[in-house]
Amino acid sequence: MNTDYIVHLADNALILGQRNSEWCGHGPVLEQDIAITNISLDLVGQARSFYQYAAERLGSTEDKLAYLRDALDFKNCLLCELPNGDWAQTILRQFFFSSYQYILYQQLQQSPDERLAAIAEKSLKEVTYHVRWSSEWVIRLGDGTEESHGRMLKAIEYLWPFTGELFIPAFYEQTPLNKEPWQQRVEEIFTEATLPIPGQVWMQSGGKEGRHTEHLGYILAEMQYMQRAYPDCEW
Amino acid sequence: MNIDIRKYYYGDIPEDKGAGGNGNNSSSKEYWPLWEVFIRSKQGIDHKHVGSLHAADAQMAIENARDVYTRRMEGVSIWVVESKYIHASNPDDAAAFYEPANDKVYRHPTFYDLPDELTHM
Repeated sequence: MNTDYIVHLADNALILGQRNSEWCGHGPVLEQDIAITNISLDLVGQARSFYQYAAERLGSTEDKLAYLRDALDFKNCLLCELPNGDWAQTILRQFFFSSYQYILYQQLQQSPDERLAAIAEKSLKEVTYHVRWSSEWVIRLGDGTEESHGRMLKAIEYLWPFTGELFIPAFYEQTPLNKEPWQQRVEEIFTEATLPIPGQVWMQSGGKEGRHTEHLGYILAEMQYMQRAYPDCEW
Repeated sequence: MNIDIRKYYYGDIPEDKGAGGNGNNSSSKEYWPLWEVFIRSKQGIDHKHVGSLHAADAQMAIENARDVYTRRMEGVSIWVVESKYIHASNPDDAAAFYEPANDKVYRHPTFYDLPDELTHM
């Protein structure tokens, strides 16, 4: 298994986890504040498992991989680094990504690399809940009020062009992921949510190979500040 | 996103404030009702009241309870019930309800030796 691929899996989880954590203390209601930050912690936990594995192979440490690499070295999908926007945008990003992770981890469970298979198996239980939670919310907002429906439409317009990249394999991805089950899931939930299924549009890509949006730099600045200002500081 | 939360407590919950999801009120000013949460900590033990939370319907209440009350492996099963369906005794009745039991020590099963194996009595 290519180490770049393991780092890519870790970066996805870390960056989306960091994004979701921005909701901490700002959730629309207390219960959902806890729900989204729980998801954050699940993702950061997954990132740690992948970083630890990658670090062993690279002779590095998980902290160095997370805190001392620059934007060009990060291999996360663009979708993960996009701003939270409103609750609709955060929910939809989570739904798109968790549905993708669900398929990805299912496939990874069968990997001949036992370590990756084990991480995937453990993480799949978490992701199963993330898919359920975010699907519920997509339906709730899509099939809710005029206001919530409108916000979902805006979120779809913004996020959809970033979903193509999930299924375009980077050079370090050995087995391409079948998009069909993901597309089916999205269509099923969107139909229930009375939301239109977007047609063919031009898709953004590049994140997996280090070409990021301007947003990633700001995330790293905040996330890496402590380690960079006080090298090797510990809790 | 602005969601108005107004807390209702036992006894002051108006009849028309039903659970969301089955209501016909689609106004964004609709309040999320309060739910009581009961968690079973392991198989064979009864569900215990752990607290309350706000949710639009039963489905959301169970998911919220999962996120709020079972983060540290507290449970294997969740019950939720809308708080308005809980009927409570009136504190003013306390004297008549509870005090007569004060001097009836013979109602306690303290005159038996319980086997050590018997837990959760």
